[in-house]
Amino acid sequence: MSDAWVVVAGAALATIGIKAVGPVLLGGRRLPERLASAVQLLAPAVLAALVVTQTVSDGRSLAIDERIVGVAAAAVALRLRAPVLLVVVVAAVATALTRALWPG
Amino acid sequence: MPEPSPFRDGARAVAAVGIAVFGFGVSFGLLARSAGMGWLAPIVMSATTFAGSSQFAAASVLDAGGTVAAAIAAAVLLNARYGPIGISVAPSMEGGVWSRLVRAQLIVDETWAVSARGDGGFDVAKLTGAGLTLYAAWVVGTIVGVVFGSALGDPSTLGLDAAFPALFLALLIPHLRSRRAVLAALIGAAIALALIPIAPPGVPIVAAALGTLVGVRRR
Repeated sequence: MSDAWVVVAGAALATIGIKAVGPVLLGGRRLPERLASAVQLLAPAVLAALVVTQTVSDGRSLAIDERIVGVAAAAVALRLRAPVLLVVVVAAVATALTRALWPG
Repeated sequence: MPEPSPFRDGARAVAAVGIAVFGFGVSFGLLARSAGMGWLAPIVMSATTFAGSSQFAAASVLDAGGTVAAAIAAAVLLNARYGPIGISVAPSMEGGVWSRLVRAQLIVDETWAVSARGDGGFDVAKLTGAGLTLYAAWVVGTIVGVVFGSALGDPSTLGLDAAFPALFLALLIPHLRSRRAVLAALIGAAIALALIPIAPPGVPIVAAALGTLVGVRRR
């Protein structure tokens, strides 16, 4: 078996296992009070972390680039109560335009 | 007027980001081929792992001449956040063990975020609709990338990389109703920002998740 297939199998088994732990072991059951209240805060914490990493990280280090313009445009669109679909499109268009007009 | 369907709502909620997912599926297919993974292995990986960033990480490690163990470790680190995320969905996910095991695979950041109800619960039908939509976009995108990759451009030219943070920002805002939630978001963002330059990819988000859990226990 080539390296590629070992990586495919290893990554798949690990990911399937990680994703399944909660739903398989705890599916349909109520979480203990304390864990439930912590889990409620998981959404804002992880979503905020995702906004940060997807905006200013290139996977290895901080990277400030045209995505910032897109996310700023998205924030303005949200402020104007635009629907989510439009917010996403605005971000992509603003980023693409910035890249086209000021090629880095 | 068709009757309301959470499944269809979920598919609609990720429609725009589905285009971005497709675009990145294409670039994954392209990168994986150039990393020497052949044409079938990248497609099987997208169909079985279904977690974009971890697949990119594993393929880039191989591309850079890294070991098999390092490639798998990169994928595991990037997907570690799905442990706590899966636990948050668990109480809302009913049905038999096998059905839960299969539906759990549709949990990715985007589907988890759009199906959050705001009270800590999750709409699993919505998650399933969103998940199958993105799964199709990701796998078909990978196939297109492996087959036609070099003929298509870089999705970044179209600004598709900014679609993801924009979606997460849009989904974050409705959660910020209580002071505790705002505080959790600020702590999560600060931990991620601090760790980006020093920690391997994936760790900033896991740390943000764990940091919140610890922070809440102390209060």
